[in-house]
Amino acid sequence: MARDSQAALVALNRFGFGARGGASGDLINAASDPRGFVKAELARRNGVLLEAPGLQSTPQLGQAVFAYQDQVKQAREAAKAAAPTEAPQQAPADQKPGLRRNLSLNTVATEIAGQMADAKPADTTAKPDTMQPNAAAPPAAKPAPQPLNVIQKTFRTEALARLQRATLVECGFIERLVVFWSNHFCISASKGELARIWAGAFEREAIRPHVLGRFADMLKAVEQHPAMLFFLDNQQSLGPDSRAGQNRKRGLNENLAREIMELHTLGVGGGYTQGDVTSLARIITGWTFAGRQGQLGTPGSFVFNANAHQPGPQMLLGKTYEPAGLAQGEAALADIARHPSTANFIATKLVRHFVADDPPPALVARLRDVFVRTDGDLKALATALVDSDEAWKAPLTKMRSPYDFLVASGRLLARVPEDPGAYLNSLNLLGQPLWSPSGPNGFPDTSAAWAAPEGMKLRLDIAAQMGARLGNNIDPLDLLEFAAADAASIETRKTIERAESRQQALALLLMSPEMQRR
Amino acid sequence: MIDCVENRLLTSRRGLLLGGASFAAWAYLPKFARAADGRDPRLVVVILRGALDGLSTVAPVGDPDYAGLHGSIALAVDGAHPALKLDSFFALHPAMPEFARMYRDGHAAVIHAVATPYRDRSHFDGQDVLESGYAGPGRVQSGWLNRALETLPRGERVSSGLAVGPTTPLVLRGNAPTVGWAPVALPQADDDTAMRLVDLYRHRDPALAAALSQGLQLEKAANGDDMKRKPGNQLAQMRQVARGAAKLMAADDGPRIAALAFDGWDTHANEGGPVGRLAFLLGGLDGAFAEFESGLGDRWRDTVVLVATEFGRTARVNGTDGTDHGTGTIALLAGGAVKGGRVISDWPGLKPANLYDGRDLKPTTDLRSVIKGALQGQFGLSDRVLAETVFPDSAAAKPMKGLVA
Repeated sequence: MARDSQAALVALNRFGFGARGGASGDLINAASDPRGFVKAELARRNGVLLEAPGLQSTPQLGQAVFAYQDQVKQAREAAKAAAPTEAPQQAPADQKPGLRRNLSLNTVATEIAGQMADAKPADTTAKPDTMQPNAAAPPAAKPAPQPLNVIQKTFRTEALARLQRATLVECGFIERLVVFWSNHFCISASKGELARIWAGAFEREAIRPHVLGRFADMLKAVEQHPAMLFFLDNQQSLGPDSRAGQNRKRGLNENLAREIMELHTLGVGGGYTQGDVTSLARIITGWTFAGRQGQLGTPGSFVFNANAHQPGPQMLLGKTYEPAGLAQGEAALADIARHPSTANFIATKLVRHFVADDPPPALVARLRDVFVRTDGDLKALATALVDSDEAWKAPLTKMRSPYDFLVASGRLLARVPEDPGAYLNSLNLLGQPLWSPSGPNGFPDTSAAWAAPEGMKLRLDIAAQMGARLGNNIDPLDLLEFAAADAASIETRKTIERAESRQQALALLLMSPEMQRR
Repeated sequence: MIDCVENRLLTSRRGLLLGGASFAAWAYLPKFARAADGRDPRLVVVILRGALDGLSTVAPVGDPDYAGLHGSIALAVDGAHPALKLDSFFALHPAMPEFARMYRDGHAAVIHAVATPYRDRSHFDGQDVLESGYAGPGRVQSGWLNRALETLPRGERVSSGLAVGPTTPLVLRGNAPTVGWAPVALPQADDDTAMRLVDLYRHRDPALAAALSQGLQLEKAANGDDMKRKPGNQLAQMRQVARGAAKLMAADDGPRIAALAFDGWDTHANEGGPVGRLAFLLGGLDGAFAEFESGLGDRWRDTVVLVATEFGRTARVNGTDGTDHGTGTIALLAGGAVKGGRVISDWPGLKPANLYDGRDLKPTTDLRSVIKGALQGQFGLSDRVLAETVFPDSAAAKPMKGLVA
């Protein structure tokens, strides 16, 4: 059978999360039938949804936050009553990714390496003057860890489920698509407690069911998801002439309407005006979620609040939308999803993400046509991408994002994460805090962003830590075979062969162009 | 992200002692032997990964061919940085004054022209042979030090092997219980790894070469140092590792056997002579000896520190002022229990005809004999146990006698 290792790298790295080590046979399988290997995943519909013990629905999680906030408030009031002179306590501050510089690299790197080292008892680190038995038996003394609140626990549970899925799947194309769409329609967990607890559920509920479905359905699911409504402030937006707007003397918030057109669908220069933004904002007034009192519905669930909705028809992109309550906005979104600018914007972004920073125009045009012809069938779009010659011919020049890099490393080392802490901390350090981009435009998608000097140095430090912890149990040349086989450059092979220790060899392998580029 | 609370498993020594029946206690010496002389022996094994240049560490300055072969990096007993004379023939690298003092006091020894049975010059396989104690690579996932530990009679005290560093080195892996300790702050990627990566990028990925070089420069600027990536950091790390291990081993209920590894000895280019890269690393090793001595306190008396490396380096300096993978090299012993003040060597000479493969110092002593001698001297292991269990099929490599006082 003809084997094409270079094409296997395209299949595994450009489209997927990299080859798994151990006995997976990923590289050989991908080399035997590169396109088939990628497309096989598209046929497995059950591989899209993510269900795991402990993952809860958005309303349940919303209620958990409300309950937690009530508890904090009661505790504060009790403390105030007991000591009236005391300064008011701060509510637990949300962790902002902007604080990531405060992390110690060593803590992080120790963690990532330690946790990637799974539960091998010999590979644990203790504080000075303490030792740990390298025995299978549980240690005798175990201090109680600092308790996590429900928001932190949920975030970690969601992160772990996502990481485990990405580590275990065969190719990872679907998971890569999930990450792509999740970043396209991003929310940021740093917006507040609700955003943090909802970040994982948002992806599971609004993104995953539609990754191989229709764009219009994903668009509707996203814009009606409480996490998005909270992130872009639509729950505060009142129709100026609505009953609530009249009563409260407050009005529109255009944040979500603008980002729907600028970032989610038409793109900058996609043919909309400020007037269109305002119209869309009016159209989606009343799109909100039920609060802790549950006056509008189940707390934490999407509701349409007719009292906040701007009455009357609205003109949007040259078309009049008659007043129809919730249906007015749904009709508008369905039309925007079909707009030629949307087809162009999505096709461009998809090709830029998977193929090249400067997307080949012919491929973009082809995907745009597929999008139009199939009315936004995302499975057809993904299939067309895999079927294109450009995607297989373009050199592997895209830089792996920090998330790609960490997941690919874990896969190659055949280590299923048991705890997300190492990954989360490394992502913070490398500038891609999970589900927490600094703006609604998501994380950057160009090589320049991820091949920055500081980032490369930190990647090397993290790779060195992984090497130090995991290197003595691996054969680096076997891993190179799993990762790239004969597609590895002679220089990379020699660099790894000549490393002075297995530990150093592993660090160099993880940092090699074969592992950094996709 | 502060919501990632590190949940380290911490075990105090007390916790370790009271750790229940699952955690076996191993004695370090038969009771009668202890009662007889009151010794409480300790053994530290230090692996130098990357292949140490024995000819630049303990230089055969009395060999007429040495200076010519080692060329720009040869040591000399005169000049600005004179090597420290050990006897009429050998001189020690000037970066190692602590080891020199121990040697003068009779508590340090050098064994020269040693090698394991391995001859193929691959770091990975060479380290595998050195640590596993088998004659060839890839045969087993346990180490000779662990098997030695296993043969000791069980007793009432904890004397598990102590693995120092982020992982347990192969030499200490196996069935006998071990404990792990590492400084909390692990070092960042070392200079050597960074330079190798920059070199790979220069050949394959200029954009990443530029980015990484710049990132490293930024760090240097931030550290106000234009020579190396935190060189003090690496030296401090080596000392810190030794200090921590010594503190643990000094305790009455502490481990009697430990293993650790120092990296960075693969000096293919710009090795340096009396000053430079190798000198810097040897200074770190010397600092570690000093830390063991002071940290073990009264226990230093009964201690042997054994330093070994996977193989040696070429006798002839290469075209980039370094040395390539070779064969024969040195082993070092230091500690109050060492019968020292000696360079033990059946010196093969450096004439072209005497070099192994025409390029390396020819090994005349099996490193296993040295290790066996240290194990026998410290713990009384029999020739048979050493030849069958600790180093399988090694009867030909007889334990070297008289290494331990």
